[in-house]
Amino acid sequence: MKADDFSFLAQLVRRRSGLVLRSNKAHLIEGRLNTVLRRFGFRTVSALIHELRHGRDTLARAVTEAMTTNESSFFRDRSAFDKFRDVVLPQLLTRRADSKRLRIWSAACAAGQEPYSIAMLLDDEKLLAKGWTIDLIATDLSSEIIARAEAGVYSHYEVQRGLAIRKLVAHFTQEGGNWRIHENLRRMVSFRAFNLLDSFGWLDDLDVVFCRNVLLYFDQKTKASILEKIAETLTPDGVLVLGHTETADALGGTFVPIPDAPHQYRHVNAPQQRLAVAG
Amino acid sequence: MKHCLVVDDSRVIRKVACRILSDLHFQTGEAEDGLVALAACRVQMPELILLDWNMPNMNGIEFLKTLRRERGGDHPIVVFCTTENDVAHISEALGAGADEYIMKPFDRSIIEAKLVEVGLA
Repeated sequence: MKADDFSFLAQLVRRRSGLVLRSNKAHLIEGRLNTVLRRFGFRTVSALIHELRHGRDTLARAVTEAMTTNESSFFRDRSAFDKFRDVVLPQLLTRRADSKRLRIWSAACAAGQEPYSIAMLLDDEKLLAKGWTIDLIATDLSSEIIARAEAGVYSHYEVQRGLAIRKLVAHFTQEGGNWRIHENLRRMVSFRAFNLLDSFGWLDDLDVVFCRNVLLYFDQKTKASILEKIAETLTPDGVLVLGHTETADALGGTFVPIPDAPHQYRHVNAPQQRLAVAG
Repeated sequence: MKHCLVVDDSRVIRKVACRILSDLHFQTGEAEDGLVALAACRVQMPELILLDWNMPNMNGIEFLKTLRRERGGDHPIVVFCTTENDVAHISEALGAGADEYIMKPFDRSIIEAKLVEVGLA
């Protein structure tokens, strides 16, 4: 890819999604553009970039979505789910014992493995049977991947990475060579395509936000802005779960690390609460 | 170093699985059917057994049922690794004492993921 083409592409993707494309990943980026080339009938990347310069919105959206990393697996980074279940969730359930309601957002859900893992975890805790109301919202930049997530159908390969065989048999139905998530879990999750650069106005009163392995693709300013918006959506004592290479240090004081649960933070909203934690 | 016995009638599958497991710091042994595997277990009970279903002489499920009745046979973690990938076979395997189940084809990432499931990662 020519340097000026790469520069144009990087600016376009950054403007539309906040994602930072690095020139040392040009080979990977060209690979991801191949699917867009085929879909729109371009023969070369140069031809595609030429068309992009003329501002075709559908094409720009497809290119931006193609740049997202959709690599995921069920219960990815297992220890994060174990700590959430064993450390964070019991505290949260105690604090919400009166309302018996949990509102959870999976902010970059890829093909749905993360929200369905959360749904399985909550189902295993028998929360619905105990009268809890669970709102599980899942979003991703790519509308294509959201459609996949909503279908809840996975290959042999996908279900074998992160799912114990007993969980697979308990929560999925086999359909030929694929596995479909059970309807009770699928109905627990509301999916929606959503750009993290857009307004979070429709999200409020969240008890937990899973925003894992996505902030690492943004620059510091965008990262801080997204963390600020997440803070506004969380209840005063809500929980933020980040990926194992990410921290909420950019908003120190607003997010306080939860002891024994690495990369999981409690939202501290009111100044007096911040002082209490600091003290 | 933990010991894994790879039981499969395909020499190619045994080699591939052994190479992956060696990379994951397992000492490996091979058996081409259930009878050979049983004899190997009676000499040295491994920590992990990767087990095919369809094999001559003694198939995987017969081997597993026999193994679990042997002295010390409750110790090894048994992971089926087979093309029999329907729920009926999976349930039968779990009922007979299998700990995990891999549906072929497999690769290193699947073996690694299953080792996490059984606590041997």
